[in-house]
Amino acid sequence: MAVRRLSPDQPRDFAFTPENLSWAKETIAKFPQGKQASAIIPLLWRAQEQAGGWLPEPALRHVADMLGVAYIRAYEVATFYTMFQLSPVGAKAHVQVCGTTPCMLRGAEGLIDVCKRRIAAHPHELSEDGQFSWEEVECLGACANAPMVQIFKDVYEDLTPEALDKILAAIGRGAEPKTGSQIGRKTSSPEGAPTTLTEPALYDGSRLGAWRARFPELAEGGAETAPGSEKPKG
Amino acid sequence: MLLEDKDRIFTNIYGFHDSGLKGARARGSWDGTKFFIDKGHDWIISEVKTSGLRGRGGAGFPTGLKWSFMPKADARPSYLVINADESEPGSCKDREIMRNDPHLLIEGALLAGFAMRAHTSYIYIRGEFIRERERLQRAIDEAYEAKLIGKNNVHGWDFDLYISHGAGAYICGEETALLESLEGKKGQPRLKPPFPANVGLYGAPTTINNVESIAVVPDILRRGGHWFAALGLPNNTGTKLFQISGHVNRPCVVEEEMGIPVRQLIDEHCGGVRGGWNNLLAIIPGGSSMPLIPADLCETLTMDFDSLTKLKSGLGTAAIIVLDKSADVVKAIARIAYFYKHESCGQCTPCREGTGWMWRVLERMSRGEAEKSEIDKLFDVSKQIEGHTICALGDAAAWPVQGLIRHFRPEIEARIDAYKAAHKEAAE
Repeated sequence: MAVRRLSPDQPRDFAFTPENLSWAKETIAKFPQGKQASAIIPLLWRAQEQAGGWLPEPALRHVADMLGVAYIRAYEVATFYTMFQLSPVGAKAHVQVCGTTPCMLRGAEGLIDVCKRRIAAHPHELSEDGQFSWEEVECLGACANAPMVQIFKDVYEDLTPEALDKILAAIGRGAEPKTGSQIGRKTSSPEGAPTTLTEPALYDGSRLGAWRARFPELAEGGAETAPGSEKPKG
Repeated sequence: MLLEDKDRIFTNIYGFHDSGLKGARARGSWDGTKFFIDKGHDWIISEVKTSGLRGRGGAGFPTGLKWSFMPKADARPSYLVINADESEPGSCKDREIMRNDPHLLIEGALLAGFAMRAHTSYIYIRGEFIRERERLQRAIDEAYEAKLIGKNNVHGWDFDLYISHGAGAYICGEETALLESLEGKKGQPRLKPPFPANVGLYGAPTTINNVESIAVVPDILRRGGHWFAALGLPNNTGTKLFQISGHVNRPCVVEEEMGIPVRQLIDEHCGGVRGGWNNLLAIIPGGSSMPLIPADLCETLTMDFDSLTKLKSGLGTAAIIVLDKSADVVKAIARIAYFYKHESCGQCTPCREGTGWMWRVLERMSRGEAEKSEIDKLFDVSKQIEGHTICALGDAAAWPVQGLIRHFRPEIEARIDAYKAAHKEAAE
């Protein structure tokens, strides 16, 4: 559990932009009639994106009204789920440093030191220029590429304190540093020569249709579609 | 013997090739799907039962059996919910499936949905996986456009597949918490029974499966349940995505046969333990909730459900966190304890209060600032959390602490002695 409260300073109101409103309607339509409350997390998330990375209180009421749920339900969701930022974050970057054991073992504490030095002494505190903020978060699910940080939508992996320093400097200049692994490997493949998936037959299409040999009814004709005359019915 | 490339299911797990529909088809996805559907619901379930597939999300429940719990005739709609809330520290496999091999998952969802008579499926993906969500959505859009899924698709089984997402709550990986979250509430687990197969999403019959469990289904049907069952060990069949993090030279995700010796896995695919095998201190074998295994037991350890259960640990998601001798093992477990404290949903008192209590004690123990009698008290408290909560988060928080005490009690005691010696003068 974490204690999370709404910020005392709130804007007066919030409304979705026309684009976000039509997106919201599509999202609500993914769920059955009468179950539109299911869309609350995606909608609040979109509201947070629109509001500049944090979720103001009027947005909670706006979304609750759209979905026909009590305000308290929206407050509950916003305070329960820790990706909802309840106070303003850095405009250029809100750095989420994964600090859980797999990242800790590979040096996440050094990344937190960089954030403390470059941004602010405490998590959720804005840097002097208001452009940066940081927090330590729990496992972000990129453990084979530890240590790593997430900045808004993107992740930066296989980091060192020096590499993070450079990334933050680049973002400060308005550049878009390379995302993903910072040591040049592709996703979570082992660094250097691949140890698997080197067989060309996997990729030349030669294995297509091989499954047919398993079924005697397909052995002779090799018809394009299956013989099943009955259409499955629910 | 390592798994041969020809027996791998995830042929684009690193994203070296096209993750789109065209690329996926060239690698064999959507090949024969209609034929398998025409074979019928029961045929698919029976092939999956034959394969011996056990759920890849951590608990290892037989997948085919789980599907067979779904009602065959019910006035309510049936739902397939795919658990993509991959959040167990150490785990990072579903992410690779969704961004690099998404069509395996989509085809699997159609086949599994058909098998359990579901026309609608939701993929619940953790909120942090934003780029993964975008990539998966693109693949779903492609599948709709090609009429592979959707209403009146070429396979003859109407099937809608939607993505929804969380917003940073580990507990939503627990299946009933996931359903609560998907219904738009706080992710607080439900009491079972009733089980989701009877009362699940919106009170309707629901099966919740892990991403990897669903993504292997199309290949099981193409190559046969017997092919899958011949890989691995009895009762621990098939291939598995292993994720190795921590103190190895080349951390990675890799598909291997179930039951591979852990030493071989680390040496062949990860370039060995940092500083060599003799520098190994311990491994956490299945994601952070699984009790650690000290180096001497790793020598002959195989990575499968049954052999790890014998060592009072578990395969979990097959996420191996490696600790070499430079690691501070007490601090490593204290950090895991903090994780569970942070992620407890707060519903059950033993977990809400106990996880924080265990973390605070472990933090002191990592500095040696404790009494030796507290080690037994900590173990005892962990036993009072384990099994006394609605969901397994309490167990998941208790097990790593128990593992630490079971295997590293002398280390904790040595720290307490050192701390006492250093502070003796001050006390006198």
